[in-house]
Amino acid sequence: MSDKIKTGNGGIILTNAEDLMNWARLSSLWPMGFGIACCAIEMMAAYASNYDLERFGILPRPSPRQSDVMIVAGTVTFRMADRIRRLYEQMPEPRYVISMGSCSNCGGPYWEHGYHVVKGVDRIIPVDVYVPGCPPRPEALIGGFLKLQEKIRGEHPIAPELFLEMESENAALPVA
Amino acid sequence: MTFQEITALIAARFTESGLDIDTKGTQPILIVPLEDVAEICRFLHEDEQLYFDFLECITAMDNGPGIATMEVIYNMTSIPYGHNLALKTVFPRNTPDQTLPSVPSVSHIWRTADWHEREAFDLMGIYFEGHPDLRRILLPEDWEGHPLRKDYTVQERYHGIYVRYEDGNSEQLPENEDRA
Repeated sequence: MSDKIKTGNGGIILTNAEDLMNWARLSSLWPMGFGIACCAIEMMAAYASNYDLERFGILPRPSPRQSDVMIVAGTVTFRMADRIRRLYEQMPEPRYVISMGSCSNCGGPYWEHGYHVVKGVDRIIPVDVYVPGCPPRPEALIGGFLKLQEKIRGEHPIAPELFLEMESENAALPVA
Repeated sequence: MTFQEITALIAARFTESGLDIDTKGTQPILIVPLEDVAEICRFLHEDEQLYFDFLECITAMDNGPGIATMEVIYNMTSIPYGHNLALKTVFPRNTPDQTLPSVPSVSHIWRTADWHEREAFDLMGIYFEGHPDLRRILLPEDWEGHPLRKDYTVQERYHGIYVRYEDGNSEQLPENEDRA
């Protein structure tokens, strides 16, 4: 232990605030702990020890006010739609949505005759990642999380919009 | 007790109602007039020889605007005696401008009929007279129409959410229209 006491000889890591912030965000994605239908069983399996989502820093929070991601795991009925929209509105920004399974992607098997099913949760809230499957295996959900992490990695949470515009204009200019 | 014996008991008690029997299916069905449903059910429940203490299911059927009738089927069992009965009543269907068809409630005889009748009301649009709490049970309270009717067409939007699926074959919603 004693040699781990601060000696001043440790290295330093150089980064920028944006990357650091993105890294922090994508390494502790806390999904809201709720499930709607059978996809939630696969989601629970993904949380549990076999697939262990916690190694990605992902653990379910029982409150929308403390969560970063909403996993819409199951069939969204019209009766549920108002509740889901409210839960989404209660989440603090930045917030992300993973649509898990065919039902929440597009209505699934209820697409034609299911008068009671919302034909895709993207009709009520914006979706970041769609995970296909009926239900998707836990690997697929983990894949969805990796895609979301990729998306967060490329975000510019603190850069001013004007700067980004100027940068893209500069990139468009021909090289002299 | 056989179906014939049960029918004979009911016929002896309700001499004035026109009973009918349908034996085409695997289980014979006793068809009773609409206005006597609650009375006959009370008799079936309370008679010492019959003692139908368990209402298994209430089924509602829509025969469509062509035949213009609807049916309610009661399946019941006597747990101590172990005999069964299927009871059916047929009544005219309403057109969109008429009020819903009315059937006497049996929820005061069997508590389980409470939710069964609510479901039949919700999905089929049958009004159960004398029901203590006839609300929709599965669909949202402000839903329009009764989805299991043969001539049901789903509403365009619910709370601003576009209801129909767009598969490219059916009519498309214009691109500038909001789906949520």
